[in-house]
Amino acid sequence: MTVQTAGHDAPKAGFSLYDPRLRGIVYQVLLLAALVALVWTASSYAVANMARLGIPLNFDFWNQTAGFEINQTLVSYSALSTYGQAFWVGLYNTLLVGAFGIVFATIIGFVVAVLRLSPNWIVSKLATVYVELFRNIPLLLQLVFWYTVVLKSLPQPRQSVSVFGAVFLNTRGLVVPNAVFHDNAAVVGWALVAGVVLTIAFSVYGRRRQAATGQQSPVLWVSLGLLLGLPVLAYLLAGMPIGLEMPVLRGFNFSGGRQIFPELAALLLGLSIYTGAFISEIVRAGIMAVGRGQHEAASALGIRSNVTMRRVVIPQAMRVIVPPLTNQYLNLVKNSSLAVFIGYPDLVQVFAGTVLNQTGAAIQCMALTGFVYLAISLVLSTVMNVYNKRVALVER
Amino acid sequence: MSDATYANQTAYLRTTPAPAEPPPALAQGPVAWARQNLFSGPVSALLTLASIAFLVWVIPGLVRFLITDAVWHADSGEVCRANQGGACWPFIWAKASFFWYGPYPESQHWRVDLVEVVGAALIVWLLWQGAPKRNVAALLFFVAFPILSFVLLRGSDWLGLPVVTTDLWGGVLVTLLVSLVGIVFSLPLGVLLALGRRSKLPIVNAICTGFIEIVRGVPFIIVLFMANFMLPLFLPEGWTPDRLLRPLVGTALFAAAYMAEVVRGGMQAMPKGQYEGAASVGLGYWQTMRLIILPQALALVIPGIVSNFISLFKDTTLVAIVGIFDFLRTIETAYNDPNWTSPTTSATGLITAAAFYWVFCFGMSRYSQGVERRLRAGRRH
Repeated sequence: MTVQTAGHDAPKAGFSLYDPRLRGIVYQVLLLAALVALVWTASSYAVANMARLGIPLNFDFWNQTAGFEINQTLVSYSALSTYGQAFWVGLYNTLLVGAFGIVFATIIGFVVAVLRLSPNWIVSKLATVYVELFRNIPLLLQLVFWYTVVLKSLPQPRQSVSVFGAVFLNTRGLVVPNAVFHDNAAVVGWALVAGVVLTIAFSVYGRRRQAATGQQSPVLWVSLGLLLGLPVLAYLLAGMPIGLEMPVLRGFNFSGGRQIFPELAALLLGLSIYTGAFISEIVRAGIMAVGRGQHEAASALGIRSNVTMRRVVIPQAMRVIVPPLTNQYLNLVKNSSLAVFIGYPDLVQVFAGTVLNQTGAAIQCMALTGFVYLAISLVLSTVMNVYNKRVALVER
Repeated sequence: MSDATYANQTAYLRTTPAPAEPPPALAQGPVAWARQNLFSGPVSALLTLASIAFLVWVIPGLVRFLITDAVWHADSGEVCRANQGGACWPFIWAKASFFWYGPYPESQHWRVDLVEVVGAALIVWLLWQGAPKRNVAALLFFVAFPILSFVLLRGSDWLGLPVVTTDLWGGVLVTLLVSLVGIVFSLPLGVLLALGRRSKLPIVNAICTGFIEIVRGVPFIIVLFMANFMLPLFLPEGWTPDRLLRPLVGTALFAAAYMAEVVRGGMQAMPKGQYEGAASVGLGYWQTMRLIILPQALALVIPGIVSNFISLFKDTTLVAIVGIFDFLRTIETAYNDPNWTSPTTSATGLITAAAFYWVFCFGMSRYSQGVERRLRAGRRH
């Protein structure tokens, strides 16, 4: 025992250049010194250059009047608003595209994956063609194609393609009816909230009851009834407080209704179709990673094939799917910055583009934009990690 | 016990041979195939019919647009303007040289051709699994070829080649150049970053992890903007880097961060025994990495590396945002040429570009699938 300890301590006693710990410290100190020197030199040049070029190094521009219009805004904004407000408009537009893009891409991805795995030859071949076609063409090219070729070739407002006289498609985008809320509209909203809460409560009750007695509850039908029935009932009882404002053609354009600009439509279309192709590959790999034995065991127990998919295969596949799916969601949000090429006013176009050009504050705008994307990535991956923990295999 | 009594006692026992079943009517042949693979149930039949309807709707339109109704020969956009229903192929023939070389001087095109031929030959040598001396190819591709192409493309009076400044480079040349620079620099940088991230030295680890995560967390456009606007600010006055060099730096750093994660994945997949074995034969850190870990780890992640290259190749289209004339940008410029404007010129140009990118990306992904199969076959033994 003593011999061992002595032998173990021996290299520590001497001071040698060959001691890996000492070398490690020396390397790191050198690296840090080089990095500090680099940053210090670069920033001193930056300060000198910016002073020479008259570029501001603070956020004073934040409260100055922006003086430019943004065609699509989720919050009130005009040319008289400040650069700070322009930042928020851009951020909300980015989040809007990101959120809708993720929903659409996920739906496309799961549907195409199931189609591609289907025993139906023609359907699975079509799904394969979709995946191989869209994931091997640059997203930017697809966006430009949707924007310049497809959407710009739509008719003028006067010759709009109309669906039931309520939805109009033309070269300026899609015009849909707008919801108008009257006095008691909140009742319907609360009924919806109540429906959601009751649905969650009922599904928890159903799961507990099944665990305790083995009897299943009709969760699907009850949830549908609660989610649709309650708001409809409230709507009728409150005297139909929500109306629709129909778009009407006046002169050369529509008035009323809500307009979805072609930039947004092209961006959403391109992002969802492109990312959907990647997601479908991930989902397919996940489903295929579930062993054949699982299917066979389920059918040996007499479980029907769609229940097998829902209760046996998908829960196990999710473990494989979720981590790469998170990556695709992050990619989608980052790729939404391609909006700048087709003129959709997202964060990059508004803040790292127009605001930067008008104020010249390159470092602040770039750093803030980069920081926002980092924050979005962080939040999104945290949420997905929580979900991943829930679906991950619990090992005992 | 006689046979008769036995048969009486066990009623289920058959005493006469059963009549032969008729052969299955439809076990093979096209009809049986269609029944199994197209109409196996009501849902399947419905999907099949929907697919066929979709194809009937799409394919004739595509054929008309691309082939039968398209304009094939014309000297200017007149004919294309008159014909609204089909592609305008003469536009592509007329602009082909511009798409390929950009505004590069015509008398010097042979230099671009030479670089492209040498590059293609080296890539084939490098990727062909059975080729001899692939490490020589790697050395040539990663060291000699970048120098050769820079000298040839840029030119120098000392060699008797007229200088062609980078603002005259464009088209496919620039697309390939940006991808090449990304590939050549991202691999070694990515390996270094991955080593740093796996390192036990806390400061090295923190720096590498921070760099990788920050670069991976922001969009490529932001990295390009930063390289374009901020690189000149951080350098002494008068040291403005070349306008093509700036996005190249951004591309290389961006690609390196992604490459680092792929390489790290390969290193993590190495069993601990490999490190311990290397240590027990007395190899130091760099020797272990160079001789034992990296060769195996890199071979393991070839599919990941190739799929990174595919993304990089597609991402090169974004350099247009900082005013670089890549292939897609030349297409956009060309279809805005008033001589060729017609309702279908832009679609023709974009379809051509899509075909170009698709062939490259699909080829690369097929290659990586092949390598993956080989690797899996190798691991089974």
